[in-house]
Amino acid sequence: MNRRDFLKATGAATLGTGLLITFPITAQEPEKIPSEVPEYPKDFNAYLRIGPDGRVGCFVGKIEMGQGNMTALAMLAAEELDVPLDQVDMLMGDTDLCPWDGGTWGSLSIWQFGPVLRGAAAEAKAVLLELASGKLGLPPDQLQVKAGVVSALHDAAKRVSYGELVQGKPIERHLTRVKVKPVSGFTLVGKDVPRKDARLKVTGAAQYTADIAPAGLMHACILRPPAHGAKLITADASAAEKLPGVKVIQIGELVATLHARSDQAREALGQIKAKFSPSPSTLDDQTIHQHLLKAAPPAKELAAKGSLAAGEAQSVHRLEATYRDGYVAHAPMEPHTALAQWERGKLTVWASTQAPFLLRSQLAKAQGLTARNVRVITPFLGGGFGGKGSCPQALEAARLAKIAGCPVQVAWSRQEEFFLDSFRPAGIVKIRSGLDKNGRITFWEHQVTSAGESEAETMYDIPHQRITSAGTWMGGGPAGYHPFAIGAWRAPAANTNVFAKESHMDSLAAKAGVDPVEFRLRHLKDPRVVAALKAAGKAFGWIPHAKPSGRGFGVACANHRDTVVAAMAEVAVDKTTGAVKVKRVVMAQDMGVVVNPDGARQQVEGCVVMGLGYGLMEEVKFRNGQILDENFDTYRLPRFSDMPAIETILIPNPDLAAQGGGEPAIVVMGALLANAIHDAIGVRLLQMPMTPERVKAALKA
Amino acid sequence: MAKPIALTLNGKKVSVDAEGSRMLAHILREDLGQTGTKIGCGQGHCGACTVLVDGEAVRSCSTSLASVAGKEVLTIEGLGLPNAPHPVQEAFMAHHAFQCGFCTPGMVLSAYALLKKTPKPDRRQVAEALDGNLCRCGAHVRILTAIEDLATKGGVR
Repeated sequence: MNRRDFLKATGAATLGTGLLITFPITAQEPEKIPSEVPEYPKDFNAYLRIGPDGRVGCFVGKIEMGQGNMTALAMLAAEELDVPLDQVDMLMGDTDLCPWDGGTWGSLSIWQFGPVLRGAAAEAKAVLLELASGKLGLPPDQLQVKAGVVSALHDAAKRVSYGELVQGKPIERHLTRVKVKPVSGFTLVGKDVPRKDARLKVTGAAQYTADIAPAGLMHACILRPPAHGAKLITADASAAEKLPGVKVIQIGELVATLHARSDQAREALGQIKAKFSPSPSTLDDQTIHQHLLKAAPPAKELAAKGSLAAGEAQSVHRLEATYRDGYVAHAPMEPHTALAQWERGKLTVWASTQAPFLLRSQLAKAQGLTARNVRVITPFLGGGFGGKGSCPQALEAARLAKIAGCPVQVAWSRQEEFFLDSFRPAGIVKIRSGLDKNGRITFWEHQVTSAGESEAETMYDIPHQRITSAGTWMGGGPAGYHPFAIGAWRAPAANTNVFAKESHMDSLAAKAGVDPVEFRLRHLKDPRVVAALKAAGKAFGWIPHAKPSGRGFGVACANHRDTVVAAMAEVAVDKTTGAVKVKRVVMAQDMGVVVNPDGARQQVEGCVVMGLGYGLMEEVKFRNGQILDENFDTYRLPRFSDMPAIETILIPNPDLAAQGGGEPAIVVMGALLANAIHDAIGVRLLQMPMTPERVKAALKA
Repeated sequence: MAKPIALTLNGKKVSVDAEGSRMLAHILREDLGQTGTKIGCGQGHCGACTVLVDGEAVRSCSTSLASVAGKEVLTIEGLGLPNAPHPVQEAFMAHHAFQCGFCTPGMVLSAYALLKKTPKPDRRQVAEALDGNLCRCGAHVRILTAIEDLATKGGVR
């Protein structure tokens, strides 16, 4: 299939009931296969192509997993080019058609990649103006662009459209030092716009990896061990092989059943009689923290200032506490899925991946191919949250498709998703601190183990401090330190560190007898955090009161990679059942320039909801290598009945370039809830999630 | 193979030549090409596979083909199309009541089933009716608002 056929195929794929327009066939593909060099190409033609009808094809290596970058990136391109938003067609995450990208995570799409795309679009517009200048016989400063049409400032009859200028061809001319628009010149950026994926998603027409079914497709189900570390001893597939339409593949530890129907492949897998060795792991979710502390790798110093001993000597009150949290699952609604197809030695893989270019390299390495012979196509993702940076299912599909000689889909079951996920690591944070007689913090020592470094440092003005971290969220530590895979989970490490830091700040405020907002303001230097706290306080109706006030009010704030958030919440705690009901959350966020305000609000709301999950209910249960949570009946996600009212305040800050919005608001949620619970019942919860059982236990203690 | 099983799918009579013990979600997606129905958990815990059978919202991953013989099945494709969305779908669009979109077909159909039976639900009733539909992106508050808003504007009739 050549690229043009592909565009036709994706543009008008007949699946289900009708014609799904995901990418109009008039949009043009870039001329060259993008560079295999892992860097953003300089040539704007790699990102943009203008069709004869004036439609703009925008090609980016980012992927859309719900976070709305398909819309926000289209806005940036439309803004710089001066074309209507609905004239921009996004094609994302296809390694043959899109320029290289490092991966969609870390709230990077807008703040890191946004300037690259804006620069490309601004240069394209400047070149188009020069071309129009030649055509219309007027200097560029006598021309204006509106909705993709260049016209003379004083003679509207003299006009030429982008489409007419370019005729769908790549643009040869290039310019250097083209400036992007100033914020004051924005006409689209900063406005609420409809999401580009809305129509497809609400009608079920949006395609995810599992929805793609080429002729001859076989679904594969793979035999998994019952526990991490268990090894396959024997597998008897004779019963499975007798089932009609079933093909069994058995090579060493790889045992898979294939069938043209996924449920029948799964049924066949159930017929395999397998014996495994027991897992060597003796850890469980109760003993894990002791183990993580005992087996921790050497700690690294992240920051040090003054002398802890001197700070301790100056203090009249000292406070030491240890904060813990467990492993949490990404649990995207769409499990990891991939489809692999081999054609004449070339491998094409459709995958629910957050990193198509990284996956291409991994596939090439695993299959002994050059990257040029591997193509990764990324349909819509049904959520990612960091968990789809790792895509073993794609490697499995590629291997099985090669052996089976037909296209093979591997779609993990929910049980596999819980078993094979790369969890957010459990972590422990120990904080030692002290107050002087005026209620100022004199020293602060933060020692984090296993969770990772991000947000371990304090933003408060504290003269004597030391911050250390042992182990990272990417792994580290001795072999078997974690009994299963761990990895990036929305704002890795930050949720654990901010839970500890902002809980501890509240405890110090209580010790000082000062309102927790006031206590923070006294120790803050960053005017943006001060402004966010004040904005949140105003919207929430915060009336200062020493803790605990009995009102169930909580506050927490953070500066996460230059996006500032301040949150306030009101909770009610049922002392009999231990249940925590979150009534409302106010989140004030300063993220610099806001590209799509409603998109930013959606991300904040998502952070709040996911934060309710890790704060109140989510924790992976495991024992001896076995993952005890296999589905949503025991691993509870936040539901409609758990929802608070959520109010988002976006603080205008046009002087700061657009920062990330996918992560910041989630980092404060743990401490926010802990602080509100403390304010309600006078008891400090030191371990997440703050389940009813833990609330009851804390009340008894 | 047993004889084909007849049912009405999105208003059209269809005959499915498959084992009656197979689950409807797989039949819809793989035998009938209706991929708008999603499979999120396979055990009826997440609601992504929700379809309507004779007007009742059911989990198609846990509903056998045999059990819908002779009945009317409505999937997301039968409710509205990209160029002609249903009012429930329009309400979800207007409020951006989705993010990744994977749970959305199930949400939309659950909302539709609710509004058919209870044209003016309060927020608590909406939350109760949709509590078994999971969303990991956190679009809940928008979904509640979209449904309430539609109900006040005349619902689905």
